[in-house]
Amino acid sequence: MSDEPNYSIETKDLSLFYGDFQALNKVSVNINHGKITGLIGPSGCGKTTLLRCFNRVNERFGNVTTTGEIKILSKNIYDDDVSLIQLRKSVGMVFQRPNPLPISVYENVVFGLRIHSRRKDLKKTQLDEAVEKALREVYLWDDLKDQLHVKGTTLQLEQQQKLCIARLLPLKPEVILMDEPCSALDTEATRAVEELMHGLTGKYTIVIVTHNMAQARRVSDECIFMLLGELVEHTRTEDMFLNPSHQKTADYIEGRYG
Amino acid sequence: MFQETPYIRHKLRVEKSAKTVFLLMTVLIIIPLIMIVTYMVYKASPVLSMDFLLTKPTNGMRQGGIWPALLGTLYLVLMSLCIAAPVGVMAAIYLNEYAKDNWLTRTVNLAVINLAGVPSIVHALFGLGAFVIFAGIGRSILAAALTLAVMTLPVIITSTKESLSAVPMSFREACWNVGATKWQTIRGIVLPNSVSGMLTGFILEVSRAAGETAPIMFTGAVFYKAIAEGDVFAYGLLDQCMALSMHLFTISTQVPNVPEALPYGTAVVLLSTVLAVNAISIGLRVYIRSRKKW
Repeated sequence: MSDEPNYSIETKDLSLFYGDFQALNKVSVNINHGKITGLIGPSGCGKTTLLRCFNRVNERFGNVTTTGEIKILSKNIYDDDVSLIQLRKSVGMVFQRPNPLPISVYENVVFGLRIHSRRKDLKKTQLDEAVEKALREVYLWDDLKDQLHVKGTTLQLEQQQKLCIARLLPLKPEVILMDEPCSALDTEATRAVEELMHGLTGKYTIVIVTHNMAQARRVSDECIFMLLGELVEHTRTEDMFLNPSHQKTADYIEGRYG
Repeated sequence: MFQETPYIRHKLRVEKSAKTVFLLMTVLIIIPLIMIVTYMVYKASPVLSMDFLLTKPTNGMRQGGIWPALLGTLYLVLMSLCIAAPVGVMAAIYLNEYAKDNWLTRTVNLAVINLAGVPSIVHALFGLGAFVIFAGIGRSILAAALTLAVMTLPVIITSTKESLSAVPMSFREACWNVGATKWQTIRGIVLPNSVSGMLTGFILEVSRAAGETAPIMFTGAVFYKAIAEGDVFAYGLLDQCMALSMHLFTISTQVPNVPEALPYGTAVVLLSTVLAVNAISIGLRVYIRSRKKW
């Protein structure tokens, strides 16, 4: 781990097939620790597929073949000794539609701790601390500290999405994957969630899939542009938007296709 | 501009007659229901009393109450529910949450649905062969309850599966993505949110188990059995018992000169028992629903 401490995720020649259809073609990419990396590209380019590879959630759909290698913290997650439970504990995912669980805000936040520990190992004070810490990190504590017993599913959408992010934090994940986390939210809520993402940089590696160029530009430190299952360009966000090195990237971010 | 044309008038007439026909059909099924119930209660009124419920039949079934039959039905229904509910719910959880979607699973699902349509007399013969004779339990409450359980399992499995699949997939994904196992997901999220649907299956099972005569006739129900009046623990697991549906059948067809009110009284009690159990479960369902929000 010590030779390359800067990369949270490294993929090498990663290809993925859904049946006969090749969704990813030899993708090799290194994603920096503690940064926000945007995944952009037109629909069907494989960006969501790539994202879903990082916690191996693709496999659930069956009929999926993966070749190549994905290392998270320098450990190949396709090795036989990798436990999916441990992997998903350190690689969390946030979805397009906020999906808080139909239990209280408090229980939503400690859900991860509960399922990863024996009942007797969890102390009330420890849980309380975890809830406050996680909710503070997503700027929900002040709004919700008196309504921790309220059902997560009854909150406003923005709060729901923040809660979904907070739910991952007590497990101290290395990576947080976000699949268009703001597409169900209005502009105000989007701004709030973006702000919260900035607050999380440095502590967690965030990979965000987005259709929204402006958002990619606003929130990400680095950008990956994909097309037809291949990685076209991966640079610092400013460089990609100001000075893309590929014609296809330039065409896409200027909206000539999409 | 905007005037009715003959064609529009024609369409409106069709619309009106369609509505009338559907309304008529609805009324048509409600009226007999009300009539049957009223008629039954009216005919039964001479015998309906606490004594009728709590005493045993006397004078060769021509007088007295129905206590052994009432208690027998309660035993049979509750026992069959205790057997069928856990087995059915667990099987449904496996089929809905764990089983991969392949031809075997689809075949099993289809078989379960078809099993619900098997006539009860066939279940009766199966129960006689499997439990009474092969397993050696003998004609008893246990054998009859097992037979009723087998008969009602498909209903419980089907309705439980439906209520499980009504829980949004996104909840499961949320759980799996923080590393929850399937069982943790089911325990923590899926089951608590599908209980109300499962209760529907239980209601159906109770109604059916209480009303069926054939499956218990061969496996444990008897014409007459004397038990202590008013003692709810009067039956043992391996005793034979009387049951309301069977009692109704025998006093209406097998015993001559039974006063008319007795079978009607029995029918009213059978109906009320089923309704009472249904009412309890419906109340429970409403309560659980009211706490569920997403």
